[in-house]
Amino acid sequence: MTYIPNTPREQAEMLATIGVRSIEELFQDIPPRYRFPKINLPPALSEMEAAAELSELANSNENVRDDLISFLGAGAYYHYIPAAVDHILRRGEFYTAYTPYQPEISQGTLQAIFEYQSLMCALTGMEVSNASHYDGATAVAESVNMAYAVFRGKRTRIVIAPSVHPQYRAVVRTYVQGMSLELVGDEVSADPLSDPLTIASLIDQNTALVIVQYPDFFGRLYDYTALVQAAHAQGALVCIAANPTALALFKTPGEMGADIVVGEAQPLGIPLSFGGPYLGYFTTRKQYVHKMAGRLVGETVDTRGQRAYVLTLTAREQHIKRERATSNICTNQGLMALAAAVYLSLLGKQGLRRVAELCYHKAHYAAERLSRLPGFKRTYDGPFFHEFAIQLPKPFDVINEHLLEHGILGGYHLGADYPSLENHLLIAVTEMNRKEDIDYLCEVLQEVSHD
Amino acid sequence: MNIPSHLRYTKSDEWFDPASGKVGLTDYAQSQLSDIVFVEFLVNEGETVEAGKPIASVESVKAAAEVYAPVGGKIVALNNAVIDSPESLNSDPYGAAWLVQIEGGDASDLMDAAAYEQYCQEREH
Repeated sequence: MTYIPNTPREQAEMLATIGVRSIEELFQDIPPRYRFPKINLPPALSEMEAAAELSELANSNENVRDDLISFLGAGAYYHYIPAAVDHILRRGEFYTAYTPYQPEISQGTLQAIFEYQSLMCALTGMEVSNASHYDGATAVAESVNMAYAVFRGKRTRIVIAPSVHPQYRAVVRTYVQGMSLELVGDEVSADPLSDPLTIASLIDQNTALVIVQYPDFFGRLYDYTALVQAAHAQGALVCIAANPTALALFKTPGEMGADIVVGEAQPLGIPLSFGGPYLGYFTTRKQYVHKMAGRLVGETVDTRGQRAYVLTLTAREQHIKRERATSNICTNQGLMALAAAVYLSLLGKQGLRRVAELCYHKAHYAAERLSRLPGFKRTYDGPFFHEFAIQLPKPFDVINEHLLEHGILGGYHLGADYPSLENHLLIAVTEMNRKEDIDYLCEVLQEVSHD
Repeated sequence: MNIPSHLRYTKSDEWFDPASGKVGLTDYAQSQLSDIVFVEFLVNEGETVEAGKPIASVESVKAAAEVYAPVGGKIVALNNAVIDSPESLNSDPYGAAWLVQIEGGDASDLMDAAAYEQYCQEREH
């Protein structure tokens, strides 16, 4: 049985209507040798054989749980996930990644999203959160869409700091293609380590949005209050992309006056999973709620006066507003948002703060020890959270290879994105790195620098 | 349905008052949209608009609609009061909920009340 829901007769009618003799003729623009390539597949396996082969393949992966000590972060962080997160996530009532459209039968899911939204607002110091985006990068890109909509396309400059995650900046560029927007601030010539206030000079009356990261891609912490004020003086909005774990410990972007706070919420109970699915969070101030992309769950009462949840302000969205909607994204990461809500509820305010403190202190212990190794030098001196950069005495490839041989997944090579930071290593430390792991990293690095 | 006779009307359900230059949404439009929860102006005071260009955007609990300039001319006033009370578009579409005031508009291409009433009835079927 094929899954084409029309009969040969209907197909013939359709072909006759458009003046084509056969379905094959529709593909005539594709060179014949590419049309139906012979695929050289081995004979089919039984389920048992296939399962065995797939486990063998999977076992050749090395993972941070069983095989490697990881100091790799750069936007995705290895944290402990309480067992209850997975248990609740996998309950049949919840186990769908799909956004609910029928509030009458989705009360549990809607309540979970509502709680997720409330938790994200509390964490960021903002007033409104949507039901989430795909990941941190797309959430940042949606902030550009929103700012563009707030100014009705009349402001066309976006100022973005070079210390925003390189992949976020790449996704923003993909999103704004064809929007006649000018992105400035992160040119190759810009010093990636410059103080974020230096981009203030680029903000003008035509600037819709200023984007910075907190902590920035290099792990550095800045109070952006003065930058926000400089942007507001020109009438521009400010988006701060923030690590949610860090927000348990430091001044919130809301307190700094940010208009939009977004970020990657993977650190909140979502495994590294080889890169996804992750969770983009998006929060803003109430005055901009009609310009915010994505789904939004609200609390109301039903006809009997009982508390109930609904998808609200849907008139903003593209299925109603069509091309006038802020964004063409109408979905969310429901299951991942649930994971974040469960994680945050389990840890609570104190628990999350404890996680953040552990990350902070362990990272500072690591930075202190590494900077005392001969030939190693901290890339910058300022305050940081759980990630810092260090200049290596030897080429990154040599050092990374040596680390891998000793079961250590070293940090992220900043030279890959910033030519001026060739052989600078970005090192992330979380509560998962024991003191012994950090000491071992120092030993192995000392060894390789002596060779 | 309330269709005051001193006003002129468009096919996109705006009313225009030739005497005052005020513009708003008709009773028919508000009843079709249901509860209006958000109004936003797409033009500024002092701006000159062409007839048929969007001047405001309204959202109800289940729909969104643009409001188009019924006539060309200069926007001399915006009724910012509707931003804080969008529900007035439902309760008083021809009074408190006027949207903008346009100077120098030519209403000769617009429908009178009788023509608009017939136009609304046609769409009911």
